[in-house]
Amino acid sequence: MNCRPYINHIPDRAVAALFLCLLAPAAAPAADPSPERTRELVRMVRQDCGSCHGLTLKGGLGPPLLPETLREKPAESLRYTVLLGRPGTPMPPWNAFMTEAEADWIVQQLMAGFPEETR
Amino acid sequence: MKSLLPILAAFLLSACTGASLRGTGDMGIVIERASGSVAVVDSSTKSILGRIEGLGDLSHASAVYSRDGRYAYVFGRDGGLTKVDLLERRIARRIIQAGNSIGGAISQDGRLVAAQNYQPGGVKVFDADTLELLADIPATYGDGGQRSKVVGLADVPGNKFAFALFDAGEIWVADLSRPREPKVTKFRNIGNQPYDGLVTPDGRHYMAGLFGEDGIALVDLWKPEQGARKILANYGKGVEKLPVFKMPHLRGWAVAGGRAYLPAIGKHEVLVVDTASWQEVGRIPVKGQPVFVMARPDGRQIWVNFAFPDYSHVQVIDTLEQKVVQSLSPGKAVLHMEFTPRGENVWISARDDNRVVVYDTASFSKLTELPAQNPSGIFFTSRAARIGF
Ligand code: HEC
Repeated sequence: MNCRPYINHIPDRAVAALFLCLLAPAAAPAADPSPERTRELVRMVRQDCGSCHGLTLKGGLGPPLLPETLREKPAESLRYTVLLGRPGTPMPPWNAFMTEAEADWIVQQLMAGFPEETR
Repeated sequence: MKSLLPILAAFLLSACTGASLRGTGDMGIVIERASGSVAVVDSSTKSILGRIEGLGDLSHASAVYSRDGRYAYVFGRDGGLTKVDLLERRIARRIIQAGNSIGGAISQDGRLVAAQNYQPGGVKVFDADTLELLADIPATYGDGGQRSKVVGLADVPGNKFAFALFDAGEIWVADLSRPREPKVTKFRNIGNQPYDGLVTPDGRHYMAGLFGEDGIALVDLWKPEQGARKILANYGKGVEKLPVFKMPHLRGWAVAGGRAYLPAIGKHEVLVVDTASWQEVGRIPVKGQPVFVMARPDGRQIWVNFAFPDYSHVQVIDTLEQKVVQSLSPGKAVLHMEFTPRGENVWISARDDNRVVVYDTASFSKLTELPAQNPSGIFFTSRAARIGF
C-alpha cells in the first residue's frame, strides 16, 4: 500500500488527505516503509528537509538533525515537530506528506544516523 | 624552404593560441549539488564545456564572479570557499572558512570576497586574489554572548556589504574601504526573523524580507540616518498563513519598471511594490509558495519558481499585464533559473530529473536539455558586472 497524499494547497485538502491515509487499512503499520517509499523518504529528508537542515543534516537555518544533537530529546515530541511543525519558527508541518508511522520511522532514523541516498 | 619556416611557425602558434583564447562573457557554471562539482557551460552554444570537481558539500551553494568574469567564487554549505577558473577549468584556490555557510558577495572594486555564515554566525572577508582572511565580523547581539545566523549578504556601493541577522532582527552595513578595519553601522529592531536580503539594481535600497511577521525592512543607503522602515506590513492580515516548505530567496533581479516583485510568505502570491513610494500596488496569485522571483533583464517578464510540493512548475508574469501568462513544467524539483545576459533565453535546473532545461523567453519553447547531476544554482558571468550579484 502506497499512501502518498500529494496536494497543492494545504489546510482542507491536506487534512482530508491525511485522514484518508489514516483510514487506509495498510497505511500506517508499525513496520518499516516499503523499499520504494523508503527511497522517497530518504530523498525527501536529504533534499527537502535538507534545504533548511542541510543535505548532510549538520544544520542550516534549522538545527542539526544528528544523533548527538537529538539523543536527549524524546522521540514522541520530535515526531510531533515533524508532523505539526513548530509555530512561530520556520519549521513547517509535514503531515500532509507522510503518515504518522513514516514520521516515526524518520525520527528513528535521524536518531540512529540517517541513511544516505542510494543512486 | 628556409624562408617558409618562420611562416609555418607563426601559423602554428596562432592556431594554438587561437584555439585557447576566448572571452568569458557567455560562460557560466551550474552547481551539481550532490556530487560536489560544477559544470562549466557556454550559453551561446548551449552546451557543457567541462566539469570541475572537488568542491565539497554544495547543497545550497551560490557563486559570485571576479569582475573580469574569469573566476567564480563558490560558497558551499560546508563552509568551503572555492575559487574556480572557468578558462582553465580547474580549482584555483580553496579554503574552508566556516562550519556552515550560506552564500557570499564580492565588493564593488572586486578586491574583496565576503562570506555569510550560519555557524559561527557572522561575515568573513577575504582577499579576492589569495583568499587570505582580512576581516572577521561576528554577528553578536543581545549581551554579546550570542551570535546570529547571517542572511541576505549583498555588496553595496562604497565597498560596503549589507546583511541581516536572522536571530537578532537587525540589518548591518559594513564599510570595508579599509579592509582590515571594517566599520559597521547597525540598524536594530528591523523586524522579526529576516530570512534574506536584496539590494536594488541602483544600489540605493537594501531590503530584508521578514519571516516572523508580515512585511519587509527597508534601508535607504543614501540616507542611512533615517534608519530602517517597514513596508508591506500586514500584507497577510487576517488570513491564516500557509506552511512554507522552503525559504524564499530575495536575491535576483526582482526590480523591474519601477516596481519590485517579492515573494509573499505563507501566501501563494507575488507582491508588487512601487519603488518610488514603497507602497503595495498589487498582488499576483501564483501556483505555490514563490522561492525565486526574478525579472528578465529587460524587465518585461518575471519568472517565478516554487517551494515543495509545487516545485516542478515555473510561472511567468507579464509586467504590463500584471498577471501570469505562462506556466511551464521543466522537470521535478526546479531549484533555480538564470537568464542569459540579455534575456533571450532562460536556463532552469530540475534537480530530481538531473537536467538543465533551456527555454526561449519570447516563445516559451524548449530549446535544449543538458544532463547534470542534481543541478541547483546556475550562475552566468554577467553577474560580474551587476550590483547585488
Ligand atoms: C523551511 C525550513 C525547514 C524545513 C524545510 C524543515 N525544517 Fe525542521 N526545523 C526548522 C527550524 C527553523 C527548526 C527549529 C525550530 C525551533 O526553533 O524550535 C526545526 C526543527 C526541527 C526538529 C526539532 C529539532 C530539535 O532539536 O528539537 C526536527 C526533528 C525537524 N525540524 C525535522 C525536520 C524534518 C524531518 C524535515 C523534513 C520532512 C524538516 N525538519 C524540514 C526548519 C525547517
